[in-house]
Amino acid sequence: MAHASLALNKPTADEVKTTTCYMCACRCGIRVHLKDGRVRYIDGNPKHPVNRGVICAKGSSGIKQHYSPARLSKPLLRIGERGAGEFREIEWDEALELAAKWLGDVRQRNPDELAFFTGRDQSQALTGWWAQQFGTINYAAHGGFCSVNMAAAGMYTFGGSFWEFGEPDWDLTKYLMLWGVAEDHDSNPIKLGLGKLKARGAKIVAINPVRTGYGAIADEWVPINPGTDGLLAGAFIHELLRNDRIDLDYLVRYTNAHHLVIRDPGAADDGLIARDAEGHALCATRPLNLKAEALDDAPPPQLALGAIRPANVRSGILPAQSGLRRDDGEGFVLSRADAIDISPLVVGEYRLADGRKAIPSFQLIAQRFLSDEYAPEAVSERCGVAVDTIQRLARELAETAFDQAITLDQAWTDTHGREHATMVGRPVAMHAMRGISAHANGFHTCRTLHVLQMLLGAIDTPGSFRYQPPYPKPAPPPNRPGKSRKDDGTLDGGPLGYVQSPADLLVDADGQPRRLDKAYSWQHPLAAHGIMQSVIRNAWAGDPYRIDTLFMFMANMGWNSSMNTSETRQMLRDRDTTTGEYRIPHIIYSDAYLSETVAFADLVLPDTTYLERHDCISMLDRPISDADCAADAIRQPVVKPDRNVRPFQDVLIDLGTRIGLPGLLNEDGTAKYPGGFAQYMVEHERAPGVGLLAGWRGADGSKSGFGEPNPEQLKRYIDHGCVWEARVPEAGRYYKMANRDYLSWAKSLGFVSSTDAIVMQLYCETLQRFRLAAQGHGAQQPPENERGRVERYFDPIPFWYEGVAQASAADDVRRDDYPLSAITQRPMFMYHSWGSQNAWLRQITARNYLYLNPQTAAANGVGDGDWIWLASPLARIRVQAKFHSATAPGTLWTWNAIGKHKGAWKLDADAPEYQDGFLLNHLINELLPAHRNSPGYANADPVTGQAAWFDLRVRIERDPLPQQDGHRIEMSDMRASQ
Amino acid sequence: MTSLPPPTARKLGLVIDLDTCVGCHACAVACKEWNDGGSFGPLPDADPYGSDPHGVWFNRVHSYEAGVGSGEWGVENARSEATSSCSSPTPHSLLPTPANVMSVHFPRSCLHCETPACVTVCPTGASYKRAEDGIVLVDEDKCIGCQLCAWACPYGAREFSAKRGVMQKCTLCVDRIYNETLDEADRQPACVMACPTRARHFGDLGDAGSDVSKLVAERGGYALMPEFGYKPVNRYLPPRPRKDGSAAKKAAIAEPIDTTQMSPLLRWVDRVLSR
Repeated sequence: MAHASLALNKPTADEVKTTTCYMCACRCGIRVHLKDGRVRYIDGNPKHPVNRGVICAKGSSGIKQHYSPARLSKPLLRIGERGAGEFREIEWDEALELAAKWLGDVRQRNPDELAFFTGRDQSQALTGWWAQQFGTINYAAHGGFCSVNMAAAGMYTFGGSFWEFGEPDWDLTKYLMLWGVAEDHDSNPIKLGLGKLKARGAKIVAINPVRTGYGAIADEWVPINPGTDGLLAGAFIHELLRNDRIDLDYLVRYTNAHHLVIRDPGAADDGLIARDAEGHALCATRPLNLKAEALDDAPPPQLALGAIRPANVRSGILPAQSGLRRDDGEGFVLSRADAIDISPLVVGEYRLADGRKAIPSFQLIAQRFLSDEYAPEAVSERCGVAVDTIQRLARELAETAFDQAITLDQAWTDTHGREHATMVGRPVAMHAMRGISAHANGFHTCRTLHVLQMLLGAIDTPGSFRYQPPYPKPAPPPNRPGKSRKDDGTLDGGPLGYVQSPADLLVDADGQPRRLDKAYSWQHPLAAHGIMQSVIRNAWAGDPYRIDTLFMFMANMGWNSSMNTSETRQMLRDRDTTTGEYRIPHIIYSDAYLSETVAFADLVLPDTTYLERHDCISMLDRPISDADCAADAIRQPVVKPDRNVRPFQDVLIDLGTRIGLPGLLNEDGTAKYPGGFAQYMVEHERAPGVGLLAGWRGADGSKSGFGEPNPEQLKRYIDHGCVWEARVPEAGRYYKMANRDYLSWAKSLGFVSSTDAIVMQLYCETLQRFRLAAQGHGAQQPPENERGRVERYFDPIPFWYEGVAQASAADDVRRDDYPLSAITQRPMFMYHSWGSQNAWLRQITARNYLYLNPQTAAANGVGDGDWIWLASPLARIRVQAKFHSATAPGTLWTWNAIGKHKGAWKLDADAPEYQDGFLLNHLINELLPAHRNSPGYANADPVTGQAAWFDLRVRIERDPLPQQDGHRIEMSDMRASQ
Repeated sequence: MTSLPPPTARKLGLVIDLDTCVGCHACAVACKEWNDGGSFGPLPDADPYGSDPHGVWFNRVHSYEAGVGSGEWGVENARSEATSSCSSPTPHSLLPTPANVMSVHFPRSCLHCETPACVTVCPTGASYKRAEDGIVLVDEDKCIGCQLCAWACPYGAREFSAKRGVMQKCTLCVDRIYNETLDEADRQPACVMACPTRARHFGDLGDAGSDVSKLVAERGGYALMPEFGYKPVNRYLPPRPRKDGSAAKKAAIAEPIDTTQMSPLLRWVDRVLSR
């Protein structure tokens, strides 16, 4: 019976090489098994800290990506019209000379005429530095489209972030609340974590209009209406405050809850934190020798909300040097807020030394969220969540945080040197992502979530959300965006950073945007990731100015990384009516594949696949650390390209050398990195001893974080599976923001510059600085027409508002005309991957549908499988409907980025991706409707510039032939003219 | 037509946790990748870049909304699936509500039955069950592509390759699990190694003391459609009871203070906090 030819011991590979996956942004460790010179298979590296040996569908299908027929094979020069996809192949020398000529001319004339934008790559440590050397302020990556609301809200609030800079305490949390997360980065660590939670019996709650993916295994699904998460979180806060279920000790130890906020309407410092002469924040505190019992004997104060004035409070003042002063035996003294062993007061109105009033920031937060606006009864209908459910979930959060608190027998030392025998944990964790981020209210919604976490005492305690090194950093981190050019033409700082006050904005003397995408302008002051989705439109419109060259890397901005995609594509090929030249004169594009954007390039620089190049997953960029270990990694070429392609990073260094960028030349003018990116990764120093890689530094490889370049560094990485790890010391695993054991360790690795406590910003003073400017204070003020907008949205206390499109253009987009919300997500097997044309993944699905609840379908006369029209004010698209009961009524959704444009990705002409697949992007305005004409306001979060693509509202229009297949797009103006 | 070995003592198989499976397809693609280049490959694809891409997969994942008539969603053609009574609902139709349906992801592969009809119907002896561990395999050299086995299998585990003219199926990665050229830790089916939520487990279900047997006992693991009598070896672990709000008592919250009379902020005035 035995299988005659069955060989059970056949060697599976000639050689196994480790590297880092690039099939999405997760950056797992992989083992590439090579046989007969080809990739036999790829599996997860069991020793890798990110994925511990597991691998997702994308990772396993990397072999098909590597051998994809859509790979580019040689540099291309456009010979036909833009968009026609007609090219001739050229040699690399010609391609690089041409690119260097265009870029060199721009740099001579005005470096800002180069707009350099990259996709979801992990090379920002190089590309950002290169832009700085070039001297252009017009640089960013894909974050403005993706995650900046999460990053900015987190960084300005607690010096960390959801997204991929923190994680739930998978081993200890008892309650995980997922906000707007279906499948998200970092994908395999979350899946590993969910498996652990399930095994331990922790409760998982998914708050999401759609239940798929992670939501499917959650204990409870809360089908919320899109964009109302901030209201729901506000109602949770309302309930916690109303029932006095908050961790006030945590708040005064780790946040600015007790910091006094100046109340002096009209003054230039109204709403700022009261400070002593040295700039230290002040608080009111009980006198040290005043016992609580004594207060109990005091007559009950007569108070009213909004005018609180405890009877036992008198004015007090503190000599700066004393740290603390008793004030005439009365109920409080003023103290430095960072003093220890004090008993800060969190409500009341206090008099400062100059006689002015001040209120603890906690009181302002409490007043905001105790107001009726955030009562469960007030938000229930809008959120689509029952009052009972809101109250119960709030109760569950409190019960888990306080009644099921955990205590670890782990001694630690706080930043003041006090030793603690144990670590107390609030085992409630939250994770949030795209569903929060992609709304125009996402920044404040995300901040509301962080306030909720802080009130529960649930940031970086055992069982709660945890920072991943190098975070926490000061809130906000200290690096500001570069503003001006030095004599050598380089920018005085990296193009992206965190503004701290209006003085840091990139605006001209009239307060107008200096960046092409209007990031860091009064329109979007905290645009920490740039605003990629505005680049093409603004360059086309000359708003605020025209550019010469658009240089893109793996950013499919001619397709799914754009809004109003049809018109965006037209803009790329539009000519100036007077000169006949293209309105965007030069477009250079680097991609490994024939993506939709390739057809619009004048010059195509073909990149390698991820298995053919060096790469660097740097701590200076997007780290892959987890909460217990700092980590960075490399990619190494495991196979040689069989085409005439070059790694983009090498090409960028080559181009920079050709045009003489200062950092790329030796003093004698010769090339500094003739060995390309591999040499740069090892030898480049950002500051003395600090390079892209933190591991095995120093001449002998013995140093971590700091140390001179080590010529053997890459070899050491390869010997260790291409990854470096440094474990957080046991005593430093929690309370990282105020833990001396952690902060000393972090400082030794260069993650923070001091071991001072990082104070979480319950009240965000930075926002108030912008609001004050809008109110007429300070040297840098917004133009008249921006004042109202800045004043409204720069509220130091988080609040909820409906999307800006609705608020600003009530006459333009009537809610009743477009009664449904439409959102997108990506399936797990394609999340963050750059090509559903993958031969295996497209067998799982090669097209998308419009999913809707049968109730929504019934109300609109739609049958399962009908082709219908989905209409927004901008356009309508013909799509096939499919029922999905686990979708909130009133919400429609689809898988994003499966629909492709005909001709791209080397698919057959009748591929379902072209015929039936679709993008919702065609329906999404890139501008606010009232601003179709210049100057345009982006359809984006007014604080951060985050693209508001989840704010899309639509209606269903029936098709006379609902059984006839076929996707089509009709722009509104086309329809009007018909 | 092909006889089975005597009942095997070792019963290698999979235990799949439906409580934890998020439907990510990692197992399916890892399986495809390993086996495409392995002893039982290739797993041919037809029309990989065309209008109807399809191919041989030893493992497929299906997603269901339990409680909805329209069955599987997400990957198949809508119209062919649109057969339920609520496929053309009216506002008066009785429809499932989001809260009362359950999303289930269901990975499907060969169950390595103890008495598999796919083997006994095989006219050539190509399909066989290994005496040493119970794995059901196809010897492609003997397979004539008659597809009787596919008709016999009620689980849809058999995959016919038109390109190769032979039947293919899950091998439990028999070319991995005994392969001494691999590290011992890697001698597991590719799907189990890949699974990111660790919802898949491999072991000897004939040994009551094995980890997988204990897991099945603990969690009430069940065999798929035992009524057919083929005695599947693989087991599925059912979704655990969900800790949703349905059991929650309506808690009577005592108002800590009468906020209509006094500011709720008052209670914090005298709170002694420590920094």
